[in-house]
Amino acid sequence: MYNDKVMEHFNNPRNVGEIPDADGVGETGSFKCGDTMKLYIKVKNDRIEDIKFQTFGCGAAIASSSMLTEMVKGKTVEEAAQVTNQDVADELGGLPPMKLHCSNLAADALQNAIADYKDHKIKQQSL
Amino acid sequence: MKSRLVYMDHGATTPVRKEVFDAMIPFFQEQYGNPSSLHTPGRKVRQAVEEAREKTARALGAGAEDIYFTAGGTESNNIALRGAAKERAKPGHIITSSVEHHAVLDVCQDLEREGHWVTYLPVDQDGLVDPETVKEAITGDTFIISIMAANNEIGTLQPIREIGSVARDCGILFHTDAVQVVGQLPVDVNDLNVDFLSLAAHKFNGPKGIGALYMKKGVKVDPLYRGGSQERKLRPGTENVPGVIGLGRAVELAVSEIPGKQKKLEYLRDRLIEGLIGIGDVVLNGHPQKRLPGNVNVSFKYIEGESVLLSLDMEGIAASSGSACSSGSLEPSHVLSAIGLDHPTAHGSVRFSLGFGNSEEDIDYVLEKAPPIVERLRSMSPTYHAR
Ligand SMILES: Cc1ncc(COP(=O)(O)O)c(C=O)c1O
Ligand SMILES: [Zn+2]
Repeated sequence: MYNDKVMEHFNNPRNVGEIPDADGVGETGSFKCGDTMKLYIKVKNDRIEDIKFQTFGCGAAIASSSMLTEMVKGKTVEEAAQVTNQDVADELGGLPPMKLHCSNLAADALQNAIADYKDHKIKQQSL
Repeated sequence: MKSRLVYMDHGATTPVRKEVFDAMIPFFQEQYGNPSSLHTPGRKVRQAVEEAREKTARALGAGAEDIYFTAGGTESNNIALRGAAKERAKPGHIITSSVEHHAVLDVCQDLEREGHWVTYLPVDQDGLVDPETVKEAITGDTFIISIMAANNEIGTLQPIREIGSVARDCGILFHTDAVQVVGQLPVDVNDLNVDFLSLAAHKFNGPKGIGALYMKKGVKVDPLYRGGSQERKLRPGTENVPGVIGLGRAVELAVSEIPGKQKKLEYLRDRLIEGLIGIGDVVLNGHPQKRLPGNVNVSFKYIEGESVLLSLDMEGIAASSGSACSSGSLEPSHVLSAIGLDHPTAHGSVRFSLGFGNSEEDIDYVLEKAPPIVERLRSMSPTYHAR
């Protein structure tokens, strides 16, 4: 059902965990299937210096979470914000059509984490 | 290193056992006559088909003339329900349950589009239909009641005898989808008060694509297909002879072995349930006692079923899940919803269905492999950390 790359990420997911002093945290849940994902980013000089995820979901959800973290680690915040769910699926070498839905969490969670990071930055600047 | 296979998906299908396979073989190349032919080769095959019918009848406490061979559980259900509906001059009312297999539910939905109306009875948290609710749902227009003998996902056994006597008292046809029960537990159609009963050979170590419908003498339905006079016109078309022979042999063997097999499976089932619950935050779905001998259905909280299945598969363990991600429809199974599971709990459901070949070592193996899998997936889960 899944290709080797997806299974490899499912079996050895990169960047699992949480960042206690994260600069941004993003969460997404699928109303429909029920998969949920939480993403933590640490930003330094406008670059994503560290990123970690937690996912409650199927193989596609876990693999795409892992893939996303690998894709955006080290990128600038603006670069990272360009990554789409489709990019993640492509980078995984494709997903079964009915599982695309489950992979759509990852880039959304990142958008939320970046928004949260920007939110914090604005608040700090206005102190 | 020989990789191990622990097959625990007998609710989906079972392997054809050797005795059954051996019985079928001659009917491909040696005894290939058409059972409807008058010549000797044809008549010989006719005799074998009728012997298989007798074996099937005996396994159900029925008469041979009440057994009709079909292409499996789905077709048996369709012939009974659609056939009974087609037999009527005008639309009427059907009673079924909310936990039926799609081979009943989708037929009912289709009949609704044709003008019939359907009551989908609720079940309690263990998946049981209350016979009282059946009685209350009956109206002057009710023409058939269809309640499954055992649920394929959570294994809950329904009070078929009680529901059957309600139907009988009211003079309403009663069908039971016994696909999961035949060959696992004793079945007697007279004791159960049923007019129709569906079974499929591949669930009890027979071949796929062959089943039977028990239809009580005197009951009339309009056939779905038109054609020859095979199966007394209820299911026209040249018989799947090797399948019929395989079904006869499989049902004969399975039913004769029930006493020992039931005890063994119940023992293995309860050991597996106990061991899995011991992992912690694992709940049993379905009735604790009134359940199929080989059915284990649990929800591993905070994790998702498909990811558990993938991980089990890598250890050579074959199971199934009712989670939204594994259903292909993005919805958790209708059965898990009907027993009131919240979405996250339904998301973590896994079914292990035991059968013929499973041993105590298989249970030990699953109980050795499952805890680290659950632990690994939980360590990744945000809801586990937030609990
Ligand atoms: C309860 C029940 N009914 C019907 C069916 C359908 O049987 P078949 O696949 O033989 O048509 C199944 C098997 O999947 C089942 O478990
Ligand atoms: Zn999913």
